Amino acid sequence: MIQDLVVHLVYIGYALTVLLLFGTVLTWVERKQAAVMSDRIGANRAYIRIPFTQIKMIWWGLFHGMADGLKMLVKEDWKPAVYDKFAYALAPWIVFTPILLVFAVIPFGGVLDPARLFAGIPALAEWFGGRTYQMQIARLDGGLLIVFAFGGISVIGTMLAGWSSSNKFSMLGALRAGGQMISYELVMGLTVLGLILIYGTFDLNAIVQHQSGILLGFLPAWGVFLQPFAATLFMAAAIAENKRIPFDLPEAESELIAGFYTEYSAMKMGLFMFAEFIEIAIIGALFTTLFLGGYNLPFMNDAGFAFPGGYVVALPHGLVVVLQLVVFLAKVLVMSSFQILIRWSLPRFRYDQVLMFAWKFMLPLTLANLIVTVLAVWWLQ
Amino acid sequence: MRARDRVRKQYWNEPVMGWWERLYLPEILRGLGITGGVFLRNMWRWTTGRKGALTTYYPEETRADYAQGNRGKHILTQRPDGRPQCIACNMCATVCPAQCIEIDASFDPADAAHPKSPSRFEIDYSRCIFCGMCVEACPEDAIRMVKVVPELPSADRGRMWITLPELLTWQPARDVAKPYPPHPGGPEAGGPR
Repeated sequence: MIQDLVVHLVYIGYALTVLLLFGTVLTWVERKQAAVMSDRIGANRAYIRIPFTQIKMIWWGLFHGMADGLKMLVKEDWKPAVYDKFAYALAPWIVFTPILLVFAVIPFGGVLDPARLFAGIPALAEWFGGRTYQMQIARLDGGLLIVFAFGGISVIGTMLAGWSSSNKFSMLGALRAGGQMISYELVMGLTVLGLILIYGTFDLNAIVQHQSGILLGFLPAWGVFLQPFAATLFMAAAIAENKRIPFDLPEAESELIAGFYTEYSAMKMGLFMFAEFIEIAIIGALFTTLFLGGYNLPFMNDAGFAFPGGYVVALPHGLVVVLQLVVFLAKVLVMSSFQILIRWSLPRFRYDQVLMFAWKFMLPLTLANLIVTVLAVWWLQ
Repeated sequence: MRARDRVRKQYWNEPVMGWWERLYLPEILRGLGITGGVFLRNMWRWTTGRKGALTTYYPEETRADYAQGNRGKHILTQRPDGRPQCIACNMCATVCPAQCIEIDASFDPADAAHPKSPSRFEIDYSRCIFCGMCVEACPEDAIRMVKVVPELPSADRGRMWITLPELLTWQPARDVAKPYPPHPGGPEAGGPR
């Protein structure tokens, strides 16, 4: 129906805006947070001057991300003499696109009821009728599988970039990226299996709704309380998947210049960087959805709050929608900030340590976690 | 070389890790606690209106730990009537090893005691090495150096010159070490000017 099309176009626009905004803002957050963590001030010189006035908007250096983007767009797009120009040009897109697509299945809000939301405008409310929509671009039963399917594609882009650059450093970086990302994808998949066993569904929205309940009478039924071990391991595996410190071996500057994107310049290189920053937000969103109750505050559901002890607070629909959107963004921002904290605190692994960590430490732990979960679920049923 | 031939060197301060450190995760959390604590402390300082960084904003702020002997700017002393004490003898410009002082002299026949004075006195701070030899060379105690660090950073070398109006901002009240003696024939001495 045309109403569905309109609503979903709005969702897609919202998702794209949020992702690109996060990608830009996180470059600033990363710089600023790193600076504050190390007693520095950080980037604070770029500004926008309001035309025809001398008013300069510095805003704590918020426009440095824009300056970076502009620089990358107008820089010379230098192309090395590679033997596969097509693969070379394609690689950044194969890295960048799947990361955007992952967000399609992540719910960023609860149920939207346009008829109730636009109750003040009868014509609009009547047009929408009784239709309700999940605030999610694509509600799929296998949502979590889609996440891993798309997450797996970016490995191909990384390896393509390294292989087609005809550069030894790129090649080494690509090999490292391949080995590392595939190892950690396995760990990542196994960590969420425990959650899937408990919730009995792959649907991310259903997982979020399961988490609005109460655990043991006083805790919110968040995944992080049900599966604390899995949450920790998932975070570590996700950071390794995103190739950031302490797992940034594929692009270790001191060893490989810039790893698999050594030969890229201008916005092609910018796409790799941008993809990395958007993936921070995506990891934050995934972690929020799986372990931190998604778009809901503790004890909150689509109707309002249901506190332990049976207190129920009903909220108007418009307030719930706004609250859910804001809470989701806030949680994603906090999780992104946590990843940046890790990135600026830990030293880099050696490559053999990275793989050793994946196969000899994390994989047995995830398997143990899975076995314990299986036994617990079996015993409780 | 076979793998077992490679012996790792043993250092005297080889780190010894107990089982707690070997667990890895607690130590990582401790490290994150330290860095996160610094982050929160500094953010608290910023949000309560204080400065949460050790950095000095370069042109906007002056470092508090400049050396006591630091002299960053030249000044021309003045006669009681406000004219420069300089007689445009060019001794400072001659002795200057960086050759960064430029003086144009003007002639005033009405002032019998000091007929020569500078009409243009400029110092190029992009070349000045702050050696103080101009101060030593001056026969009239007309040029001195003060503790101020001039606000000169600029993207353009042409803006790094200090000209006569800025050199004549000397405040004798704050520089009491060597006050200028009264004019020998001036109004304070009772004679005609």
